[in-house]
Amino acid sequence: MFFVDAFAKHMPYAWAWVLSQVILIVVFLVCLLVMVAFILLYDRKIFAAVQMRRGPNVVGIFGLLQSFADLGKYLIKEVIIPAGANKVVFLLAPLVSATLAFAAWVVIPLDNHWVFADINVGILYLFAVSSLGVYGIIMAGWASNSKYAFLSACRAAAQMVSYEVSIGFVLVTVLLFAGSLNLSDIVRAQQGVGAFSILHWNVFSILFPMLPIFFVSAIAETNRPPFDLVEAESELVAGYFVEYSSTPFLLFYLAEFLNICLMSAMVAILFFGGWLSPIDIWPLNAIPGVIWLIAKIWFFFFLFAVVRAFVPRYRYDQLMRLGWKVFLPTSLLWVLVTAAWVIFVRHGGA
Amino acid sequence: MFQTIAFYLFSAVMLVAAFMVIASRNPVHSVLFLILAFFNAAGLFVLTGAEFLAMILVVVYVGAVAVLFLFVVMMLDVDFVELKKGALSYLPTGGLLGLALLTELVIVAGVWRMAPASHAALQSATPAGLSNTQALGRILYTDYIYYFQIAGLVLLVAMIGAIVLTLRHRPGVRRQSIPVQNARTPEMAMELVDAKPGEGA
Repeated sequence: MFFVDAFAKHMPYAWAWVLSQVILIVVFLVCLLVMVAFILLYDRKIFAAVQMRRGPNVVGIFGLLQSFADLGKYLIKEVIIPAGANKVVFLLAPLVSATLAFAAWVVIPLDNHWVFADINVGILYLFAVSSLGVYGIIMAGWASNSKYAFLSACRAAAQMVSYEVSIGFVLVTVLLFAGSLNLSDIVRAQQGVGAFSILHWNVFSILFPMLPIFFVSAIAETNRPPFDLVEAESELVAGYFVEYSSTPFLLFYLAEFLNICLMSAMVAILFFGGWLSPIDIWPLNAIPGVIWLIAKIWFFFFLFAVVRAFVPRYRYDQLMRLGWKVFLPTSLLWVLVTAAWVIFVRHGGA
Repeated sequence: MFQTIAFYLFSAVMLVAAFMVIASRNPVHSVLFLILAFFNAAGLFVLTGAEFLAMILVVVYVGAVAVLFLFVVMMLDVDFVELKKGALSYLPTGGLLGLALLTELVIVAGVWRMAPASHAALQSATPAGLSNTQALGRILYTDYIYYFQIAGLVLLVAMIGAIVLTLRHRPGVRRQSIPVQNARTPEMAMELVDAKPGEGA
């Protein structure tokens, strides 16, 4: 809303609003892309450190510019479309993936009142967009006209739909607890005052058991190791993007990392107080909220990356058992427990 | 003005997508156009202020139902030429059914009078002071809780029915028991034998 008034002097208000929104969105996307570029390097550095390697260290100081060098390489390579592929769907799939990955960020509150779309059903929007992510993978798998890609698409459809169920119930417990579907309200509900304000975060409430479930489901939902059966290289070469090269591959790669960052942001917002500082005393609470949120995103991304490096890949039936027989009953039970707690403890009876 | 543009955009794309669902030759393309139609329907819901319904439409229909559709359609080994060949012989029956449905719809639309009291309710998607979600929740879980529960029971019966119909017990299958596996200790799995030289274990 920064530029609306300035533009409104020269043109009708509606156009000024649209123009300022477009400028803000472009700036936001560029910031997001730069963050993802460094997140990519961060991921590789963590993976290298676990294996006692150095990781990328040639391009720039400490390899800081590695992602940008990779970007240049992806952009100038030739786009190869397999002969038997369904051309339109083949090229549409990475676009769908990347667009959805970007679109989800529109409801993430960066700070108090710092959000593009402060919609009442923000958490449902996130859930809807993340449940659409499977389309990019299915379309890619089908359109590639390759056995490996198709098997990977089948796995992805089953896996992502399964884990969405438990993610959905975790979201229900959080929104019951906060009493709102608006992400900013969910963060504000975790606000406390003074040195012990951290105790107001959802992670220190009755919602605590939902944190590991959400974390593991998020890994499964983003198809990251140890749940990367969708792109299990020992069986499926590279899964759904085995036929992709150059820029379409870059879009998939980007979408994957944007989704992991989004999941990190969601862990921060749902359980760790989003933009809030852990201790509400000076000078910690003078730091802008967006810095806290980014710090939390990087911290949870670190956890995702470390899990990737440490844990061996699950077998497919184990993955399904975990989703349907462990997470679903637990999260369903916890919806009841949270609802009962809200009514009987917080409100003192119906 | 933007609302009007958005309305015509969503409606036009939705109608074209809906037409392409039945017109496109490739069934996978049909499902993808169906998804596009769902999306634009969700956009229309947002325009009327029914944001909760819009999101639920995307989550349930696009995120779950259409995925299963797409999954099944992709698995089908459809010969498109073969499919087109028989299409004309179904035309009389299908056309008749379509005509009957259209006539019924026209009759219903012609004689339907809306209750005067519900006009006001239609105009405002949400009562004042309540969010969309709260208003829906109040209707579903407070005003019509018994009907809602009965609908849930019907669905439960349908679900159990589907499971019973497809469930098949095969004898002689060695099933994995996770608790037994987890309870296994080194003592149960291996034995240390002191093998003397020149002899076997």
